[in-house]
Amino acid sequence: MASNSKTLRSPLQVARGLGSAKHGTEHWWSQRLTAIALVPLTVWFVFGVIGHLGADHAGFVAWMKSPFSAVMMILTAVVTFHHAQSGLQVVIEDYVHAEWQKMALIIGVKFLSFALAAACVLAVVKIFIGA
Amino acid sequence: MANGSGRPLSPHLQVYKLPLTAVMSITHRITGVGLAVGTLLLVWWLVAAAAGPQAFARAQGFIGSFFGLLLMFGWSAALYYHLCNGIRHLVWDAGKSFELTDADRNNKVVLVATAVLTVLTWIVGLAVW
Repeated sequence: MASNSKTLRSPLQVARGLGSAKHGTEHWWSQRLTAIALVPLTVWFVFGVIGHLGADHAGFVAWMKSPFSAVMMILTAVVTFHHAQSGLQVVIEDYVHAEWQKMALIIGVKFLSFALAAACVLAVVKIFIGA
Repeated sequence: MANGSGRPLSPHLQVYKLPLTAVMSITHRITGVGLAVGTLLLVWWLVAAAAGPQAFARAQGFIGSFFGLLLMFGWSAALYYHLCNGIRHLVWDAGKSFELTDADRNNKVVLVATAVLTVLTWIVGLAVW
C-alpha cells in the first residue's frame, strides 16, 4: 500500500476500519453530540446560576417549579455526566496501561457518573412535584 | 524518518519546548477533568435544595464563602476555556482551520474569549449578588 507511508494506521487497521477501541466512531460521535448539546445548556445554566446567586430556598424551589427550568436542569445534569464519563474514559485509556486497573477505573467512573446523574434527576423531580 | 519505518515520529517531551497550541491542547484535557470533579458541587447544590431549606442554606453558605468563591472562579474559568476550546475542536472536526496561521490566531481567540467571558460573568454575578 503505497499511500500508507504517511499514516499511522497499518493496512489491517485500515481494512477493519474500527480503530483501537474496536467500536468504530460510536464513542467519538456521542462525545461530539453531547458537546454540541452542552453549548446551549451551559449558557442557560450560567445565566440561571447568576440569576439565583444568594437566592433562598424558596427562590430556588420557585425556579425549579417551572417546567422549562426543570427540563433544562435535568438535561444539563444528564448530558454533563454523559460527556464527563466519556471524556474521562479517554483520559484513563491514554494514561493507565495495566488492563485491570484501566477497566476498574473506567467501570468506577461510569458507575459513579450515572449514579450522580440519577441523584440530580431525582432532586429536580422531587422539587418539581413538591414532595 | 529516523526510525526507518516511514511512519511519523512524536516529539520527545522532556527536551521539546511545547508550542502554545500543544499547551492549549493539554489544558483542554486538564480543564475537562477538573470540570468533571467540580460537577460534584452541582450535585451537592441540587440534592441540598431537594433535601430542604437547612441543607440548601449550608450549600449556599459554602459556595458564598471565600474558599467556595475561589472554587467557583476556577470552575467558571475552566468551564469557559473548555467551552471555547471545545467549539474550536468542533470546527476541527468539521475539517476546517488546520493551517498554522489559523491555529495561531485561534489560540488567541480562545484565550481572549475565555478571559472576557470569565471576567464579564463575575462582574455581572457580583453586581446581582
